[in-house]
Order: sequence, then structure tokens, then C-alpha cells
Amino acid sequence: MEEIVQSFFNAEIAEAAMPIVLAGLLNTILLSLLVVPLGFLGGLILAVLAQVRNPAVRWPLMAWVDFFRAFPPLVLLVLLFAGLPFAGVELGGFACVAIAFFLNTGAYYGEILRAGIESIPHGQVEAARSTGLSGLQTMTYIVLPQAVRNVLPDLLSNTLEVVKLTSLGSVVAVPELLFQARQAQSVTFNATPIVMAAVIYFLILWPVVRLLSRLENRAAAGRG
Amino acid sequence: MAYPIVAAHGIHKHFGQLHVLKGVDLEVEERELVFVIGPSGSGKSTLLRCLNRLEEPSSGSITVAGIDMLSPRTDINHARQHIGMVFQSFNLYPHMTALGNVMLALRKVAGKSRSEAEDIAQAALERVGLADRAHHRPAELSGGQQQRVAIARAIALEPRVMLFDEPTSALDPELVGSVLAVMRSLRESGMTMIVVSHEMGFARAAADRVVFMDHGLIVEQGPPAQIFETPAHERTRAFIGQIRQH
Repeated sequence: MEEIVQSFFNAEIAEAAMPIVLAGLLNTILLSLLVVPLGFLGGLILAVLAQVRNPAVRWPLMAWVDFFRAFPPLVLLVLLFAGLPFAGVELGGFACVAIAFFLNTGAYYGEILRAGIESIPHGQVEAARSTGLSGLQTMTYIVLPQAVRNVLPDLLSNTLEVVKLTSLGSVVAVPELLFQARQAQSVTFNATPIVMAAVIYFLILWPVVRLLSRLENRAAAGRG
Repeated sequence: MAYPIVAAHGIHKHFGQLHVLKGVDLEVEERELVFVIGPSGSGKSTLLRCLNRLEEPSSGSITVAGIDMLSPRTDINHARQHIGMVFQSFNLYPHMTALGNVMLALRKVAGKSRSEAEDIAQAALERVGLADRAHHRPAELSGGQQQRVAIARAIALEPRVMLFDEPTSALDPELVGSVLAVMRSLRESGMTMIVVSHEMGFARAAADRVVFMDHGLIVEQGPPAQIFETPAHERTRAFIGQIRQH
């Protein structure tokens, strides 16, 4: 028992590792603040383009979305980080994470938003167009506000996944939460910093999980 | 004779293999109320939807208020301001209040300021008898009230022509009267109207002309009394007979 406390819940080590781990937290937050809006924006563009009937737009778009949904984000990340230098392009770890996640999560956000857009009755679009609103105005004022609300639980759920996935950045030496915790672990020969990282992840994500359950319950009640 | 405010000539519409409109000519004069009747699938709704290009005609020409609707140089969004449309299923924006529904195009298409748009929208709701419902969402309104908001949304833009696509078909019978009353008052204010509907009583009382369509063509047209009492064509007679039985 004593041994477990010493290796996993060591107060002395926790205190020493705190600044390192917190620096990692800061990077995780920064990375999330970069990747989530970027992925959402990418998804928005994909979802709106998916409404274009022209096959010259439709097919490449479907191929794009399918490809990046099927491609494991870790493989994509390693490929960018370790592969691009052979093409003479050296991007930092941070940029690689941003691009890989933009491609991966954008495809996911795109599919969620597309479902949301397609849940809006077409009659509303026709009514809006009949009053002279352009296609883009109709999308902006009529379709998207309702579409986003209809798929809010799914968007939030995906966001949760994205924040958790930022820990993949540790593989390409981005000093985010997990990477920093592992650094601290390797110098202290103690697992306490990893436990700290786990607790921090839980503390920042658990409120989102709670919110998600409430939204899902409310959606279920609304349907019933 | 007044010049036609709506002139559609040789309108054809194909949906894939389906030939829905087979060369329709329709002219409507200013302040005229034209009623379009016909069995389902006769192409009457499609014709209406071609007039504001919600449906792209396969061929033909359409002029509304002097605007060539099919010219690639025509700004269709601008042109549509002159053509109001009311739909069978109301199609209000459920996330906005009644006032918001009416204000949106005033703000974004007509470019009115917020206060100006609000005044116009409030006045339009007043005209359809719903001034006191301005801040209600569509879900809080009856079907008849929703359809009147939809009419307010269209007339607020001061269109030259109003298109009604089966405006009362989705309503419970007891709510039909309130919508017809609004349409009648619009008629009295001199609005040019093209109405696709089965409300024969209303047609008889208010229409200048009744157009009977079948299989993508106009079979015959004339004053309501003539079409309803002494139709020239067998198909018209059969259709009027069927409607009467209901």
C-alpha cells in the first residue's frame, strides 16, 4: 500500500512536477483552442459544399471526407512529422498536430454538420429564397442556426474527442499535458506526474461530459 | 387593356423522364386574381414555382413586372422581391418570432434599418390581424395564424404579384376562413394574385379568371361562372364534378 502511494500519489513529487505539468496543460489548452475552431470551420466548409449538387464538387468532397475519416489521426500525424521533411518541408510538431487534426476532425465535424443541415425542412429554404435571400444568406440565417442546435450533442461529443486526442501531440514532441507529465515521470522515476495529468484531463473534461448528458437527455425528452 | 404583369410563354418543364409542363402560356394583368385548378399532377404547382424560378423551366420565357426572369443577366434574388409566395406548409422559420420571420428579408434583402424593418413588419402583421402575436414563435401559433404570418412575410416586401400554392390545404377546416379573409382583403387592396387552390367557393366569389390545367397543359380558362357552370371541355366537367362531390 505504502509503495502504491509512493509511486502514484507522491505529494513531494507532485509539488515538484506541478510547474512542468501545468505548462503542459497550458499547451493542451492552446492546442485545443487552435484545433477545435479550425476543425469546426473546416467542417462547416465541407458541410456547406456538400449541399452543392454538382458532381464535380460532390465526388472529390466525398472522397476527401471518407479518406480522412478512415485514416488514423496518429498515422497522419507521424506521416506529416516524419514524412514531410523528406519533401523538404519541415513543420514543427505543433503545426503538424494542427494540420493533422484539422484534416481529421474537420471531416468529422463536417459529417455532423451535414446531418444537421439536412435535418432542416427544404420548405424553409424555398421560403427564404422566395423572399430574395441568397443561398448563402439562407444558410447563414435560416439553416445553420437550427442545424447547429439540432446536432449540438454530437458536436460537443466530437469536441471532447478532439481535446483528448491532443495527447497524440506527445508523439511528435509537442510539450502538451501528457508529454510534460512523461518528462516529469522520466526524471523522477515516479508515476505521480502521469496521475496528475489524468486527474487534470478528468477535471477539465468531466463538466463537458455532464453537459453532454444533460443535452442528450433533453433531446430525448424533446423527441418523446 | 392593361399590360400583363406576368407573362409566361411556352413553358416546358421536365423532371428527368417526366414531362410536367408541356408548353403553357399564361398572362396575368395587374390587379387580376387568377385561380389555377386541376387534378394533382396536372402541373399547376410546378407552373407557379416556375414563375419565381424556384423551379427552373426547361424552356420558355417568363416576364414578371417587366423583368426577364430567365435571363442570365437578371439578379434573381432582386427579382424575387417583387414576387411574394405563400406555401402549403407555411414554411416559417421556427427559430424566429413572427416579427423576426417578417423582418429578415426586409433587413437582408431590402436593406432596411432595424427600426424601419420592425415598423414595416409590425404593420404587415397588423394587416393579417396578428399584431398581438408579433413576439410568438411559430410553434405557439395555430396553422391559420402561421399561414397569415407567412402572408405578412411576403407582403412586407411590397411585391407586385403574390403566388399562393395551395395556401389552405394543410389547414383544419375551421382555420381556413381566417386565411381566406386575409386573401380577400389583399384582393380588395388591388394585389395581383395567382392562386393554386381547391377553394371553389373562394374562387367563385373573388377570382376574375379560373384556369383549368390537366396533364401539363391549360385545358380552358374563363370567368368562374363559365368554368364552373358551363365548362367547354369534358375533362373540365369531370374535374368540377369530382370537386363538387366533396
